[in-house]
Amino acid sequence: MHPAFSVIFLTTLIGVGQGLFLALFFSQIAVAMNFIPPQGSQFYALGSLVSILFLGAGLVASVFHLGRPERAWRSAAMWRTSWLSREVIVLPLFMMAVVVYGALHFFGFDKNLFGENPAGTVTFIVGAVGAVLCFALFICTGMIYACLKFLQEWHTVLTPVNYTLLGMASGYMLVTLLANYSVPDNIDYYADAAIALTIIAFIFRLASLVRNSRIKHKSTLQSAIGIRHNKIQQKAQGAMGGSFNTREYFHGKKAAFVKSIKWLFLVLVFPVPVILVLIGLATNIPAIFFVAFIVQYVGLIAERWFFFAQANHPQNLYYQTI
Amino acid sequence: MTQLALVIDLNVCVGCHACVTSCKQWNTSGSAGSMTDQRPYGKDPTGTFFNRVQSFEVGTFPSAEMVHFPKSCLHCEDPPCVPVCPTGASYKREEDGIVLVDYDKCIGCKYCSWACPYGAREFDEQEKVMKKCTLCVDRVYNMDLPQSERKPACVISCPTSARIFGDVHDPDSEASVAIRESGGYALMPEWGTQPANHYLPRRKIKTQIHEDELVRVDNPLKKEGEPDTDQDTPFLEDATTW
Repeated sequence: MHPAFSVIFLTTLIGVGQGLFLALFFSQIAVAMNFIPPQGSQFYALGSLVSILFLGAGLVASVFHLGRPERAWRSAAMWRTSWLSREVIVLPLFMMAVVVYGALHFFGFDKNLFGENPAGTVTFIVGAVGAVLCFALFICTGMIYACLKFLQEWHTVLTPVNYTLLGMASGYMLVTLLANYSVPDNIDYYADAAIALTIIAFIFRLASLVRNSRIKHKSTLQSAIGIRHNKIQQKAQGAMGGSFNTREYFHGKKAAFVKSIKWLFLVLVFPVPVILVLIGLATNIPAIFFVAFIVQYVGLIAERWFFFAQANHPQNLYYQTI
Repeated sequence: MTQLALVIDLNVCVGCHACVTSCKQWNTSGSAGSMTDQRPYGKDPTGTFFNRVQSFEVGTFPSAEMVHFPKSCLHCEDPPCVPVCPTGASYKREEDGIVLVDYDKCIGCKYCSWACPYGAREFDEQEKVMKKCTLCVDRVYNMDLPQSERKPACVISCPTSARIFGDVHDPDSEASVAIRESGGYALMPEWGTQPANHYLPRRKIKTQIHEDELVRVDNPLKKEGEPDTDQDTPFLEDATTW
């Protein structure tokens, strides 16, 4: 497929925003369980603000993908069948939950509705709803690609899993940066989680790379035009200039370029940020956490580019020479 | 239930592109129009088409033949492009099975084109909506046209009658009979999309002639013997010449 930068930025930016929100909510649980020291409500408010900025930026990026963005409101209609429609519904709901979560923390409105249990506080309930919506959004985003069965590189459970893990890893990378300024006491907790998620994401992304390298494509030129002969050569594609079909479904780059992007993201998303975070913990220089997040995010853009470029659409069989 | 469709005979198609141009001519001014072109006379021309003819060389010279392959929306019975549409702009008509796009609802997200394994949909770069073959729905039911012309433009224009239009759910329709009796097949059956459009394969007509059929059994020469070919003996004509 031809990687569209609007979709690359949409999926990576909301991934960061989602991961950041999950990091906040899970840290609230960790505080409630006395696993880490309390962090002050302003940290949650700041984190929610940053999260909503990333989600909003992703939403803006998505608009550039649409031919007719003024009709975007219509896209909530077919949620019964379309994962894209479901994403369009879940994304604003999740953003609302993040706004409410952040606002409750900012204004210190944290009444406990159910006695003494910390799980009964208003922020906890709103956070839990937000977390459910957050995972639902990861699933929707991943399933948009995974549900297309003839795009065999995408048609796997690893697609939504990787969207979730990579989003969480980048979100935790960002929360580590924020915690370094706001709650330095808990920096180890966030940094360890960021490292652990990055390693888990690496394992699953590697699994999908291995899976995709072994794919045997079901469609062939023979099944595409229904002629049983081993030697078929295309002589005309139906248009002398290019067409939508020659532009939309192929990345248009050389194999060596695609391969170099693969190695680029494998280096930038996984080992480099982990090493940088470890150096940051050892030296306590805040800028290193910033660099770790930026490096991983740039790597994720490459990862998403590769994700699209790798998918081989069967319609390309009708266009043998693009 | 009705399922209108095309049956395209690859044995007959000569690759003249008459279906391509007549489709564009009708549909650019029909209800599905316009089908815009970008830089039509420029260096890198491109544009929107519902139908394209491709050519494939099958085999290697000298035992090769050229197969011309007209390619348009197959109006699948289980169209994968329809459920993915977030707005409902893409739909399959209950009454006749034609897959259409409502251009006033389409947001141009291109998701349906990703979901079509055949690449049958084309995004209009100027109108910013997805377009596709309508099976000339505005001809088929057009009461202003004489009955004989209520067919898709490509079918009418085909000089070799390689395109048959009809209801493939009606077992007695010309299209169904052609599929059944001439080996009609669907493209990429592995995805279970059940394309309504079918293709008829190349068919070779072979006659077997046995040796004894080359010689007439009742050949009069067998009864009367070979003619006398002795050139020295004068003919009657020679003798009577004076």
